[in-house]
Amino acid sequence: MNTLNTDANIAKPDDFYARLLALHEGKSKSESDAINARLVLILCNHIGDSEVLEQAFELACEN
Amino acid sequence: MLQDRYQLAHKVYPYERSPDQDRDSAVRHPVVIVGGGPIGVALALDLGQQNIPVLVLDDHEGIGLGSRAICFAKRCLEIADRYGCGEPMLEKGVVWNLGKVFHKDAKVFEFNLLPESGHQFPAFINLQQPYFELCLVERLRALQAEGAPIEIRGKNSVEAVDVRNDHAALDVMTPDGPYKIEADWLVACDGANSPLRDMLGLGFTGKVFQDSFLIADIRMKGDAEFPTERWFWFEPSHGEGASTLLHKQPDDIWRVDFQIGWDVDRTEELKEANVRRRLDAFLGGASYELVWSSIYTFQCKRMDSFRHDRILFAGDAAHQVSPFGARGANSGMQDVDNLGWKLGLVIQGLAPEVLLDTYSEERVYGADENILNSTRSTDFITPKTEISKIFRDAVLTLARKAKFARPLVNSGRLSIPCIYDDGPLNGPDALEGGPAVTRVGAPMVDAPVDGAWLLGQFGGGFCLLTINTEAPEILDFGGIPVSCVSVSAHDNPELGERYLGAAKTAVYLIRPDQHVAARWDSFDETEVRKALHTAIGRT
Repeated sequence: MNTLNTDANIAKPDDFYARLLALHEGKSKSESDAINARLVLILCNHIGDSEVLEQAFELACEN
Repeated sequence: MLQDRYQLAHKVYPYERSPDQDRDSAVRHPVVIVGGGPIGVALALDLGQQNIPVLVLDDHEGIGLGSRAICFAKRCLEIADRYGCGEPMLEKGVVWNLGKVFHKDAKVFEFNLLPESGHQFPAFINLQQPYFELCLVERLRALQAEGAPIEIRGKNSVEAVDVRNDHAALDVMTPDGPYKIEADWLVACDGANSPLRDMLGLGFTGKVFQDSFLIADIRMKGDAEFPTERWFWFEPSHGEGASTLLHKQPDDIWRVDFQIGWDVDRTEELKEANVRRRLDAFLGGASYELVWSSIYTFQCKRMDSFRHDRILFAGDAAHQVSPFGARGANSGMQDVDNLGWKLGLVIQGLAPEVLLDTYSEERVYGADENILNSTRSTDFITPKTEISKIFRDAVLTLARKAKFARPLVNSGRLSIPCIYDDGPLNGPDALEGGPAVTRVGAPMVDAPVDGAWLLGQFGGGFCLLTINTEAPEILDFGGIPVSCVSVSAHDNPELGERYLGAAKTAVYLIRPDQHVAARWDSFDETEVRKALHTAIGRT
């Protein structure tokens, strides 16, 4: 079974985080929601593997 | 009570007094079908071709007006062909391959069904339902002329049913007054509002989804031309509503379906001025003749079981789906395909009654697949929550640029036949390297064979299909004949791809409804006997 990578995998975490937030600067709530939804779809497709996606879904739903 | 609920397009079975009406006691019939629509008539053809006496009762005198079901799928046409009327349907129907999807004003993408070569019938034809029904009734008349024991009685309305131990007793109303008949087996093909289902107090359960469609058939005037394509709008900017569908039909008629929500004033919406208001906004000033319009409501649900002792349910009487995916009439025809041979064998005493329970099991499985697909389509077309709308719109936006999002766009998953995986009648799938498309439980896939079509050589009875190997021409298993069709896959790549895969030889046991019952790499009489017994419910 393929495993979701939950180790740190992003080279420059602060740069990534700032870039992610910058996507939403000056956007309305509905524009931001739309960007987030598109981003989720794009990344899910990139991963593709349903086992990995299922693990990601579970992790996302944990509080 | 005899009351006309709809206008007729073709008065093809006018009322005639039957000798049954002058008998002192009720006449017993082996099979009575209630409902002379496409499903009831198709079942009569199936039984009539088996020489099983069958009586169809309908409370009208012919085929209802209005295009209604317009999209008939390959499997449906193959079944009709088995009944001898697939070709006239194909000849009259419109074949289409190109579809376009719009969101508001913008085109999202287009798709091509890219027909696979080597099939007698295309993936779909568009054909007004009255033509489809007329082909079936004309075939019924031709079979009658050849002596098939089929009878159809118009203006015969079933008023009451009494379920007895080994038959059902019916009170039938006619223009000449009431009479009684009895049926060893009663099949309800009386539509979504099945009066018979109500009389028996049987429920309809499942996921409920309610919406309505304003359907308009129009004939374009002047130079306005639309191509032979399927155009689907999400949230059309030309008017209120969740979706609009434009489809070409024969006779230069276009079908427009406006999804207008559940809570609408039916009478108001059906006024010609209001129908035209929607059409004008949609067509932008083109001139057209309004041929027919109707409001259609639907729900997604089914009966718990399609068999209740001596009474069987088929088509919309047994299950209803949303129209997305053309799964209504198409699945009803698959019900008939499944039921006809089973009822025939049971009536002839060649198979146990439990075989009819497998009709319910297999077709409930099919109905659930259709309900699942059509529910998913409706959830995409009419998102139920804020977040599902956000994702739906994200898919439509991405689909314009990114190919990956296009398979996520769901404007209806077009009907493909049900495969009875793990079905109760399935024998061994013992063909190593055999293709998945023709696995045990699947309907046969057509292929060209020696200038003819493979499927045309099957159906009606059990058959063996041998490829690059031999089996006896005819076998007999306790009164059930099994004939053999032997073909070579040499120089026939389509046949090889669809039936051999990585195998060198193959032997398929084919049911009378052209579904695969079992398959092996070589013939073994003991194995075939065992699989045949499994396939007819003998234990």
